[in-house]
Amino acid sequence: MAEVSLVDVSKRFGAVEAVRGLSLSIADGEFVVLLGPTGAGKTTALRLIAGLERPDAGSVLIRGRDVTKDVPAERDVAFVFQQYSLYPHLTVYDNLAFPLRSPARRMDESFIRRRVRQVAELLHIEKKLENRATALSGGEMQRVAIGRALVREPAVYLMDEPLSSLDAKLRAELRLELKRIQRELGTTILYVTHDQIEAMTMADRIGVMSEGVLIQLGTPRDIYERPASAYVASRLGTPAINLIPAELLSSGSLPAQARTVGLRTEHIRIFSTDRPGPRARVHWVEHLGDQNHVHLKLDTHSLVTLADPAQELKAGDQVSLEFIAPLYFDQSGKRIATDGAPA
Amino acid sequence: MAEIRIESVAKTFGTFAAVKGVDFTVDHGSFFVILGPSGCGKTTTLRMIAGLELPTSGRILLDGEDVTALRASARDIAFVFQLFALYPHMNVRQNIGFPLRCQNYKRAEIRKSVEEAARLLRIDHLLDRRVGGLSGGDRQRVALGRAIVRRPKAFLMDEPLGALDSEFRRLMCGELRELHDRIDATSIYITHDQLEAMAMADCIAIMNQGRIEQIGSPQEIYDRPKTMFVADFIGAPPMSFLRVDTALRRGDRVIRIDGAPVEMPELFEDRAESKFALGVRPENVSFADHSQLRGRVIGAEYLGTTQIVTVTTAGGQVKARLPSGHAVQIGETVGLKLRPDRLSLFDAMSGQVLSSALHAGGRGG
Repeated sequence: MAEVSLVDVSKRFGAVEAVRGLSLSIADGEFVVLLGPTGAGKTTALRLIAGLERPDAGSVLIRGRDVTKDVPAERDVAFVFQQYSLYPHLTVYDNLAFPLRSPARRMDESFIRRRVRQVAELLHIEKKLENRATALSGGEMQRVAIGRALVREPAVYLMDEPLSSLDAKLRAELRLELKRIQRELGTTILYVTHDQIEAMTMADRIGVMSEGVLIQLGTPRDIYERPASAYVASRLGTPAINLIPAELLSSGSLPAQARTVGLRTEHIRIFSTDRPGPRARVHWVEHLGDQNHVHLKLDTHSLVTLADPAQELKAGDQVSLEFIAPLYFDQSGKRIATDGAPA
Repeated sequence: MAEIRIESVAKTFGTFAAVKGVDFTVDHGSFFVILGPSGCGKTTTLRMIAGLELPTSGRILLDGEDVTALRASARDIAFVFQLFALYPHMNVRQNIGFPLRCQNYKRAEIRKSVEEAARLLRIDHLLDRRVGGLSGGDRQRVALGRAIVRRPKAFLMDEPLGALDSEFRRLMCGELRELHDRIDATSIYITHDQLEAMAMADCIAIMNQGRIEQIGSPQEIYDRPKTMFVADFIGAPPMSFLRVDTALRRGDRVIRIDGAPVEMPELFEDRAESKFALGVRPENVSFADHSQLRGRVIGAEYLGTTQIVTVTTAGGQVKARLPSGHAVQIGETVGLKLRPDRLSLFDAMSGQVLSSALHAGGRGG
């Protein structure tokens, strides 16, 4: 049974339709990530589940119960915000214990102590329990903020870009830890981000949103390999997918309705030798350490692809290209299925 | 264009040594990036070059002239701050021309300089628009226009892209670098984002705790990190380290990790038994059934074209970047092959790299 379901939910703020007809079910123990740019409606979806917003239409179900009209405290959810909001005058221990001491829960102190210890160990902050919250580094503070949600065992954890205020290194560490914790505890998480790496590495399923609409929902591999549209395709992958007009490919192998061809690194083979097929010029090679990007000029179009470390290419080189099973998109941007699978 | 030379510059705030004696030279036309975690002293270094802080000791030379004691306004340098604030009541032309108006330039001169700057930034069609209605990218370009309109000798930038979301940041990186090339500038750029540094820099200085750990081209720093700090700071995911307790001899080409022989670049020094760390980057690790170096797969992160597989071995965790097509089972035991010519060996106590065929004269420096 689904832990959380949104059924045809819409929400409007004045003239802006923040969420339009959103239906989404999150299974018990599942990690679902909503991915999209600023203004896509991700945060509103989260706030609708938490009860911080009331939908204009549709309903919200938690563990099968309709909670659409319940206030936040009556819903069995825990929210982690982008900015860690800790109580600066309390110790780490008291910050973590705070949600359990709420009068509504009335848990005994020995249980609280056990639970706080357990969560602190999980997050590797057990040595900081007696510190003031303000005497922590940014990464530790965000761990405490996540920990404050974890001490409770709600039906679902709602997380709104909890890692975005951290630097890249810390973000990578906490990404792994959060996934490990979720797997170990079997918790249900709905997580909102605009960072594709977070979505790819943590999600069981990714929901790609744009302008209030859920465009595609699927496993990271599904979304990456079988994107519903050119828009979805361009949300995932580094370097970003190359979208070029179909008429640049003269060969008759194209599906009839194809207007745009989507090329990722794995769809492009570069040959230094002269051979039939499209010709391109190496514009420049961008060294990013592990990821060297080759910028190619095909006619007036730019293609960016990951360099093969074994292939020495330099600016000005003339090369031949072969495109292997690229993605095709029609006039409206929808992907045309070429593998028998539905688009 | 200008050459900027920093000689033994140090800065102390009370008892806190923010910068502990740094030396570097930024060549004419170079795009120089200072990279490091927060609190490493990079912003203080930049502020001293700009003239916003006075060094406690050391000298700063701009084109050979000692400017250490000159006020900021007397140095021919433009400082681009983290936040690109525009004047909302002015149009694009007035915003870009503002620094020149403040210095009482003639109207015709201002007009000419503003139009030239706008052409360089490809926003000349927006000159008479209000800044309020512009897209994020165009607003950034207007702010840059305000910095380049004076045609200073050098640009100093302190995380100018920090507030942008990741996709847009990538785009602006490309534009900034192109702009630098087009106006033949000398730039110093501060960031804690290694991707920005790798994408833009001719030369990177990595700072840690007030000191420079290493200076070099992006590829040099990536391939031949001189310290474990640098190896760990650069790369996503960073370099993995395998622990080795052993004695080492000049000429060694094999090191044993828990008994398993691993080929490495020829070692150029003798070392008594101690703790060492063998560093390997994820793209230089592959699976090989016959290898004696074995480990258990504990995680796989799918990234589209590639995946990052984490393996625990007797020497510690190793991350491998493999094609996504490669099927990996969590829990399975695998043999690991490390690309021999790409391995770095570090003294695990000092963090310094040992001299080898890859790191000739690697120590010191």
